[in-house]
Order: sequence, then structure tokens, then C-alpha cells
Amino acid sequence: MPDGSYAHPQQRQFNPYTENGGTILAIAGADFTVIAGDTRQSEGYSIQTRYAPKVFRLTDRAVLAVNGFAADGNMFVKKVKQRLEWYRHAHAKDMPLRAIARLIQTMLYAQRFFPYYVYNILGGIEEDGSGAVYSFDPVGSYEREACRAAGAAQSLVQPFLDNQIYFKNQQLPPGQTRPLHLSLSDVLSIVIDSFTSATERHIEVGDGLEIYVVLAKGRGPQGLEAVRGAQELTTNAEGDRVFIVRRELKKD
Amino acid sequence: MNSVYSGPGFDFANTARNSFLESRGLPLPKATSTGTTIVGCLFKDGIVLGADTRATTGPIVADKNCEKIHFIADNIRCCGAGTAADTEFSTALIASNIEMHALSTGRKPRVVTAMTMLKQMLFRYQGNIGAALVLGGVDADGPHLFTIHPHGSTDKLPYVTMGSGSLAAMAVFESGWKQNMTREEALDLVTAAVSAGIFNDLGSGSNVDACVITASHTEMLRNFVKPNERVQKERSYKFARGTTAWKKEDIRDLIITEDITVIREGEAMDIS
Amino acid sequence: MDHFPTSWGRPRTEAYDAYNTFPLHQRPNPGHKDAFAEGVQRTQQPIVTGTSVLGILYKDGIMLVADTLASYGSLARFKSIQRLHPVGSSTVIGASGDMSDFQYLQTLLEELIIEEFAEADKHELGPAEIHEYLSRIMYGRRSKMNPLWNSLLVAGKKDGKRFLAYVDLLGTTYSASTIATGYGAYIALPLLRTAVEGKEDTLTEEEARKILEDAMRVLFYRDARSLDKYQIAIVNDEGVTISEPKKIETEWGFAEGIRGYGAQIQ
Repeated sequence: MPDGSYAHPQQRQFNPYTENGGTILAIAGADFTVIAGDTRQSEGYSIQTRYAPKVFRLTDRAVLAVNGFAADGNMFVKKVKQRLEWYRHAHAKDMPLRAIARLIQTMLYAQRFFPYYVYNILGGIEEDGSGAVYSFDPVGSYEREACRAAGAAQSLVQPFLDNQIYFKNQQLPPGQTRPLHLSLSDVLSIVIDSFTSATERHIEVGDGLEIYVVLAKGRGPQGLEAVRGAQELTTNAEGDRVFIVRRELKKD
Repeated sequence: MNSVYSGPGFDFANTARNSFLESRGLPLPKATSTGTTIVGCLFKDGIVLGADTRATTGPIVADKNCEKIHFIADNIRCCGAGTAADTEFSTALIASNIEMHALSTGRKPRVVTAMTMLKQMLFRYQGNIGAALVLGGVDADGPHLFTIHPHGSTDKLPYVTMGSGSLAAMAVFESGWKQNMTREEALDLVTAAVSAGIFNDLGSGSNVDACVITASHTEMLRNFVKPNERVQKERSYKFARGTTAWKKEDIRDLIITEDITVIREGEAMDIS
Repeated sequence: MDHFPTSWGRPRTEAYDAYNTFPLHQRPNPGHKDAFAEGVQRTQQPIVTGTSVLGILYKDGIMLVADTLASYGSLARFKSIQRLHPVGSSTVIGASGDMSDFQYLQTLLEELIIEEFAEADKHELGPAEIHEYLSRIMYGRRSKMNPLWNSLLVAGKKDGKRFLAYVDLLGTTYSASTIATGYGAYIALPLLRTAVEGKEDTLTEEEARKILEDAMRVLFYRDARSLDKYQIAIVNDEGVTISEPKKIETEWGFAEGIRGYGAQIQ
């Protein structure tokens, strides 16, 4: 106030949360899923590190992307991985994707009144061999979708995906057809372009890009062999397969 | 014309309403701010000013290549950080007043004159004009470099920085500045200082603008370095003809034709 | 609606709402929010504090640097405090923030090292394990709303692998080839990044030392809570070495030419 007093009494309280920027997205195809995130971790106007992964391989058919408060995110991924290991010891197989999705819901809701300040996107291959994306809010509400963006540049990327993946606001021109599912190379192009565009217009997005690709069991490489720097992370060559592709983003 | 009298300067009539709305959870719209790294540096023959070119609204980049080095006079320039509109209007107003002053005195304007006008104006507005400025130029007394804070305080130093990237840029100056640098050395140092802001401060980005002012000449180096060119997109997003749906079609003829019929040939005017 | 029953039925606070600007059901700050809130007071503020710690990777290992000041608010209270602390034989930690919380962490780490030693299996905790332990402590304390008010750097070299990582009062962690805490993150880090990034495997010990000394000088010029006396910790294949305190050489000659802040000439 002009007279030097404060409008409201000032209370100094410890805030257990912060925002660490960055953006994640995932797109499901017919028999593959792409999950991606940038690698910048920031607080306020400072870049803490140019390389902090936000996307994690859980199993050969499940990849989890986390975004929001980094400490919560890392702790949450650690706990999910621990539960999946316990499952492996108990059942001698990897947990199915839809079961991981339900597990994540219960784990998030368990913290209903002191939430993990994290947006999760789970991508991978279902037991029927179809690509799937599950997206969560911080307290565990979730939904299976074909594509989802979350994080700092969600409001920039999601409308673009709605237009390019769901063909929203695009009328089919006469005499043209539209594929039911996009090809992997198309999806990879859209993912890379989403991130280069988000880097242009959002100050918290940039530095590096990590793209995970999960391919359904027995399907060919779908052109992935031609993608520069694609690297396989699969542990069991018989089942679904996981690949990673890395790209640089602008650093300003 | 307003039927009610309104005094000169800013209108504060809405302040009470706005603060009430804010307390009810309806915050004011965000003004474009030039998050910004702006710097200035003294060298042997004059002044080098530098600025990045990113303007932001919150976390969104509003302008990727804005110009933050403003004209004050032929021999004076001013970098602006803070609320974009405030820096633009403050510098434009003072540029105008400086020109009037120069015309009435018949002398080349001095940097201290611009500095004093700016600080007196900003002080009068008690910090409500959010302009943080780096003012530099060369006049009859030699080269001068100032920073002007939004509340009207000033500093006169051999090297200065302002904006959210000021600490990054100042670190470069503190470790690299020397007395009596050459033009090239000074330009390199200013570029390094602004680059430190561009790559380490999220509020700053894109290109480096620079401006070299000497006693005889002012050289504006717009986009002096462009270290952040946009990359080629992976694919074309051109929509096929017929993609956009429409409800009705209405074609209007924009060529207007007019027939002029002369009713009666008038008699010639008597000009005898 | 004010959902706190303890504040229902109380008169409006006349003190700063004399003209009834706010609707009754939405009074700002209704005297008491929660009658029991004052029962437990845990969340404090830092009292005696240390400023920035810097860390960089170089060819043979990692270097940390911190000045020796522990401030009491704006008072330079203790001018010879060590903020770099060896843990085990291959790790060193550097702390900024509250010094008493840091000393508490030192006792925890001492316990940890002794317990590990008592196993007598020749196994030692490396920097990655120390960092994981610290981050769990820090995250656990923030989750109890009772944080340890520090930003810490953990550096080490074990089995030929260099390690440099950060953890703070929120449990936020990250790793990079150059890290700085406090004001160092704004002032020193830009210098360190240009000097180190891409040269992590070629920088010699002398070059790395020079980079850190130059950064500490700039910090002393610009961080009002810093001191011109610092220590450097080096972790390489030989283990941890923490130097004796050294003085920063400074240059103030430029001040001769400064006259006033505005129109003054003399």
C-alpha cells in the first residue's frame, strides 16, 4: 500500500513444491507407441541442467514420462519401478500395460491430500498388440487416449496434435482418403516438429529431446532402421521392443 | 471529447476496482515484458550497447526478434528492460523532448540531459512505470554510460547490465573488462555478455543486437550475431485445398461500376 | 466460503475493512484459521548461512569450491567455517544454506560411513550412493514439512567414474558437468558453462583451478554474502584433498575513474 503497510499480513511458509518446466508427449499408433520429452530442467528463469531425463523405460513394453515437480517425479518413477520389480518376482513376467496404468492411478490417489505434483503419461503396447497411451492428472484420474501432451507447453502442443493426429478442424477434401492410423515415420516427424516449435515459443522447453519408440512383438522395424541414431534398449528380443532416438534442441 | 474533465498524465480511476478484482482472484492481464539481457560498456573511443531480442509474456515468447536498443538522439541510444510498453514510451517521449531541447538550445544533446529527464520522469511515477534502462552516448563531454532503475535512481559506471540476464552478463564483464579497450575488444565482450544472458537466462534469447557510438559516428548492428536460427521442420504442414469446412459461399464482386448520365448540357459561365 | 469452523460467527475485522469492501462470507484473513496450527512449529528459516558452492568436472576428476564465510543475516558472523566435507574416501560434499542443518547432515553421514565400515566386507559407499542417501533424507524431510535448509553438491570419483550432482531442501536433484548453488547459479554458472562444457575430458587440474578461482573472484565482487577466502576440494584417483583456505586476489583500480552517479563531474 502507498502508506507503507501491507495489504495483507505477510506469512512466510515453507512451500514443498516447485515447477521444473519441460514438456512431454505420447502418441499411439496401430502397433507402436512413441513417448517423448525434452531434457531441460529449470527453476524460475534458471536452467539447472540441460540433461535430466523425463522419460523412463519401465519394461520392454511400457515407457513412463513424468513432468512437473522433478523431485516428486523422480521419486514416483522409483516407486513404480520398485512395484514392477516386485510384480516380476511374484509372477515371473512383466506387468501388462493396462495393469501398470491402474497401479499408477492407485499410487497417485494414495497421495490425494499431499499429491505428487506430477503429470504422468504412460505409453506402450497392450497385450493385444495395439499401441496405447494413458494420461494421468496428479491425483490419479486417468484415461486411455491416442495422443496426449503435458507440461509447460501443453497448451501449445496439444492443439497441434488434435489437428494432426485426430484431424480436428480438417475436412476430408473430396477424392482423398485418410489412414486410420499414422505411420511411425509420420508420427516421429510430428513429435520432432512439436518439440522444435515448443522450443521456439516456450522459454522452459529446449536443450535436448529423447524419443522412446515401443514396437509390438513380431512387427518389422517400420522404418526405424533408417532413423538417425536409433538405439535399441530391449532386454528380451522375443517380445515387444523399445528404442530410443535422441535429438538436439535449441539452448536459448 | 470526454464530457468529464480528465487531468493530464495517467488515469488512476480504476486502481481501487482492480485491486479489489485481484483479491477476488481476477488478476490483471499480463503485460509484455522484455525479460531481457541489456548491457553497456565503455571503450577507448566511446560506448558499445548490447541487447538480446526476446520478448516474453510469462513463459511464452511473444517476439523472437524485437529491438531493445531505442533511439534517443543521433549520438545517444537507450536499451530498455522491463515492461515493453513502458520502455518504448519512456524512450520515445524523452527522444522527442531531447529533439525539442536541441532545437531550442541549438546544441547537440548531452547524455546527462536525457538521463536527468528519464530519472525525473520515472521518479515522479514512483516505480509505476516499469522501465529499467541502460543509457549510453557520446557528447561534448565525451562518452557516458548510465543505468536508470524504474524508481528513478541512476548509476554511472564503465560497464553496466540490466534485466533478468544482468547477473550472467555482469559476470562476463567482471572477468573480462579492461580499461581502454579497442572497438573490436569491446564488441566481443558485449557479445559474450549478452550471449551469457541468452544461453543461461530463460527470460533472454534469440539474437544479439549491438550499437557502437563514437564521437563521430553511431553504428547500429541489428542482429549482429544470430546463434539461434530456427531449424528446418521435418515435414510440410500445407493443407490440401478443401480442408477448411464452410457453411455458405458468397462471392462478391469488388469492382464497382457506375454509369453517369448527363441530364443537361449547362451553359458556359459568363467570364467576360 | 470460509471452511474453517473456528472462524465462523466472528465479527468482521474492522481494522482493515472499515468500509465493508469484502462480502462477509469472504473476509480476508479471518483472525484464526486453525486453532491447533500453532501447536507444532517446525518450519523454520535458515539462521547461520553459507553462500554459493561451485563444482566442475575436469580431466582427472571433480573440483568443488566454497568460501569460508558463515553469515548471520547480513552480518559476516563466522569467517573461517569449512563448507566442504569429505565423506568416505571417494566423495566430498559442499553445502550452502543453513550451517546447523549441514552439521546435522555431517553427523548422519558419519553414522552411515561407520555402519558401512562395520560390515567389514571391504565395500565402500561411493558418491552415487551418498547422493542417493542425501536426496532421500532431504526429500523425506520436505515431505514432513520440516526441511533441512540446504543446497548441496555431491562430488566424487569411484571405479574411474566421475560424479557431480545436486540436491536441495525440496529433494530436487540433477547432474551436470558444471553446477553452482545460490547466487553462484546466476553469476558463476554462465562463466563455468562457457569454460567447461565440451572440455570435461581435456581440462587439466591447473586449468580447472584457474576457472574456479576466476569464478570465485567474480562472486566476491558481486555476492554481498561472500568472502575473499575460499577452499578447493579435489577428488581424483588419489582420493579427496581439501586445500587450506586461500585468499582471492582482487582488483579495484577501475574505481579511480568513477565520479558520482549522474551529472557530477568532480
